[in-house]
Amino acid sequence: MWDWIKRTYHRWGSPRYFYQYARRGMVAAGLIAGVSLLVGLIWSLAFAPPDYQQGNSFRIIYIHVPAASVGMGFYALIAGCAFVSWVWKMKMADVVAEAAAPIGACFTFLSLFTGAVWGKPTWGTYWVWDARLTSMLILLFLYLGLMALRQSIASTSAGNKMCNLLAMVGAINLPIIKYSVEWWNTLHQPATFTITDSCHDHDGF
Amino acid sequence: MRDFLHVLWAVARRECVLTVRAPTQWLHPVVFFTMVIVLFPLGISPNQAALSPIAVGVIWIAALLASMLGSERLFEADHQSGALEQMALSSVSLYWVALIKVFVHWLFAGLPLVLLAPLLSLFLFLPMNEVWVVVLSLLLGTPVLAFVNAIGAAITLSTRGGSVLLLLICLPLQIPIIIFATGAVKAFSEGLPYEGYLAVLAALLSLSVVLSPVAIAAALQVGVQNR
Repeated sequence: MWDWIKRTYHRWGSPRYFYQYARRGMVAAGLIAGVSLLVGLIWSLAFAPPDYQQGNSFRIIYIHVPAASVGMGFYALIAGCAFVSWVWKMKMADVVAEAAAPIGACFTFLSLFTGAVWGKPTWGTYWVWDARLTSMLILLFLYLGLMALRQSIASTSAGNKMCNLLAMVGAINLPIIKYSVEWWNTLHQPATFTITDSCHDHDGF
Repeated sequence: MRDFLHVLWAVARRECVLTVRAPTQWLHPVVFFTMVIVLFPLGISPNQAALSPIAVGVIWIAALLASMLGSERLFEADHQSGALEQMALSSVSLYWVALIKVFVHWLFAGLPLVLLAPLLSLFLFLPMNEVWVVVLSLLLGTPVLAFVNAIGAAITLSTRGGSVLLLLICLPLQIPIIIFATGAVKAFSEGLPYEGYLAVLAALLSLSVVLSPVAIAAALQVGVQNR
């Protein structure tokens, strides 16, 4: 049993086996993702009750908030993978970090875009220089820098290492950026959903 | 210990000599800094009322871009000539070499900007009593810029055509510095406590002096192996 666990673990940690497994699982995973996305979108955009204050325009929250959390979470994922790859030289971590960057960038952009669309009816403007919006924009730049760096290094191993370094430097810098921007300007409401807090503590929705 | 200091001194001396012998390296940032600041009155308005409120921001943005100007060449020549390999092989760790190189680079590319700032702030009608805060914020902030740029320069060492890439990588990381620096001057001009901002800048400076050579050395190591 223990040997089996060890073998499976090492296999999943190696791109060669992972790609074999992934090729088999891809269609099923894609189907599950597609169906749940479809159900979620139809449910939230058509069946969820309208908000008592914002009417139907609030429905964009069902795209905006998950997109923002994926956008932020994926940078943490990349930084974690960078650390794992740098310390333990696990090749799978490089693969994950490389694949995660464009996804994170897309979701960060999506959250900025849906935020702008939502800002117009509620705040009366597409864009304000508010702390959360600004730090999201900076996060998008960090993603773009990471992707551009990987594109421009010919050697894969050097590219992985340099990207891992940049991701770790960015991860150290990200809290500094976030707090500096927060000192600078704040208008956005505090995060509505937090993992540690029940959402009933906040009013708003 | 004597060997250690000897190597460090040799690295510092070599950097100084190389920089002095290539005047464009340290003249470029200064000229760029001056030109950008001169362009603002031409582009916005020559009136004191229009220029005075934006003076700090203009000086700082110009300093940010000017300090980026020379830094992409920071390790490139040494990388191509093989001197970097020798440094990596030497008895002293790359951490110290990076620290010295960045410091000498700042001495020639960053310090002139700090010294020029009082003169150029006259062009932008910055109130006289605020000048020393601007100079102090530049004195604390430009070394941090130099260290961040050096991280970018080391990371982009094995890329083709890296200057735009360097911009994309370094600018987001430098946002806190410009926020705290301009914040200090704004707080001072409004009569609010400004020491906190300067203290944060000093903290960022000490953090970058201690930590950024780690990243620079690691990137240089990868660059040397990938030559």
